[in-house]
Amino acid sequence: MSKFKDAGHLVRLAIAFAVVFLVFLLIRAHFIPKSFGQYGHYRGNALVELSSKPISYAGHQACEDCHGDVVSMKTAGKHTGVNCEACHGALAKHVENPASVTPQLPDTALLCLPCHEANIAKPKNFPQVVSAEHSGGAVCKSCHQPHSPLLQPGETQS
Amino acid sequence: MITRRKLLVLLPAAAAAWEYVMAGTPESALGYNRDQHWWGMLLNIDKCIGCGSCVRACANENDVPEGYFRTWMERYHVSDWHQEVPQVDSPNGGKNGFPPSEAQGGKNFFVPKMCNHCVDSPCTQVCPVGATFHTPDSVVLVDESYCLGCRYCIQACPYGCRFLHPISRTAQKCSLCYHRITRGLTTACCENCPTGARQLADLKNPDDPIHEFLKTHSVQVLKPHLATGAKAFYYDLDGSVR
Repeated sequence: MSKFKDAGHLVRLAIAFAVVFLVFLLIRAHFIPKSFGQYGHYRGNALVELSSKPISYAGHQACEDCHGDVVSMKTAGKHTGVNCEACHGALAKHVENPASVTPQLPDTALLCLPCHEANIAKPKNFPQVVSAEHSGGAVCKSCHQPHSPLLQPGETQS
Repeated sequence: MITRRKLLVLLPAAAAAWEYVMAGTPESALGYNRDQHWWGMLLNIDKCIGCGSCVRACANENDVPEGYFRTWMERYHVSDWHQEVPQVDSPNGGKNGFPPSEAQGGKNFFVPKMCNHCVDSPCTQVCPVGATFHTPDSVVLVDESYCLGCRYCIQACPYGCRFLHPISRTAQKCSLCYHRITRGLTTACCENCPTGARQLADLKNPDDPIHEFLKTHSVQVLKPHLATGAKAFYYDLDGSVR
């Protein structure tokens, strides 16, 4: 039996396959990010990128480092658990440079009601008022000190 | 045999190759070890007053576009006689609080909703490119630079926590403020919750008060039958909540 005379075809085919496979490997290596698969089936660098985003809210610890007087007033009152930025807004920039951003004084006519306007779905033990009946149009601040809002017996104005 | 000449050639080559290998290696954030944390959240319905502070804070911190929500509030009204079909409303995601309830009687309460950061999350399993994933510290994140915007994950999430960003056309969701918790801060929603109804929980931290709470209270996750490994633990959750 003579040698298979067209063996050259198979060799050329094998070379063609090898070249295509090599090109595939090169393209794959080029397009898959280096950190892909570091922790799992995703780009490991994404973790660093996502954790390095800037913050807007500085956190109450940063506020308390400077505003100790307000903290001591709050600690004694009912609003001790309410963090500063919940009312005063996001102030990370103010913490970075106190002169660059001046916190605005919140308008208590608008500030207090989302929490304290009566609603049947709120927990029953949470202090709620029907604002129209409660104050006769006066803003909350005219009686309540926001940092320590509970009125003392006999006290009408802070 | 390595001669001196070969070594002199090989060393810079090896250095260049090592540089190439290390180029894509992310440096870990300062003082934060991903293996030492396992994040979740405690949501105490008994304390939630539906003020919407969390929704506003989240939108502010994470540049969430108007009309889309990474966290949102729902108000439930469960009638006295048909508990299986509660009435639920969520005007603008509860971002501006809630108007007075029209419903009378029955059971009424607020439910804060967010990504449950499932350990076996359906959303990460369907992503065809690995753009959304479960991190070593158990947070489900989206790699926006890798997302194709195919919306598979949005359909897969059983809790409806994902949306397609109207401008970037990539999937977005609660990141559990990953940029804050890796810096030692709490999330924007927890920071701004006036009643402490939301508490960030690190389940690998033995000093976290979550452990004491979980031992002494009955908590529930949403849709437990799906076995997603949800880590948004609800206290005082009514059976009518879906």
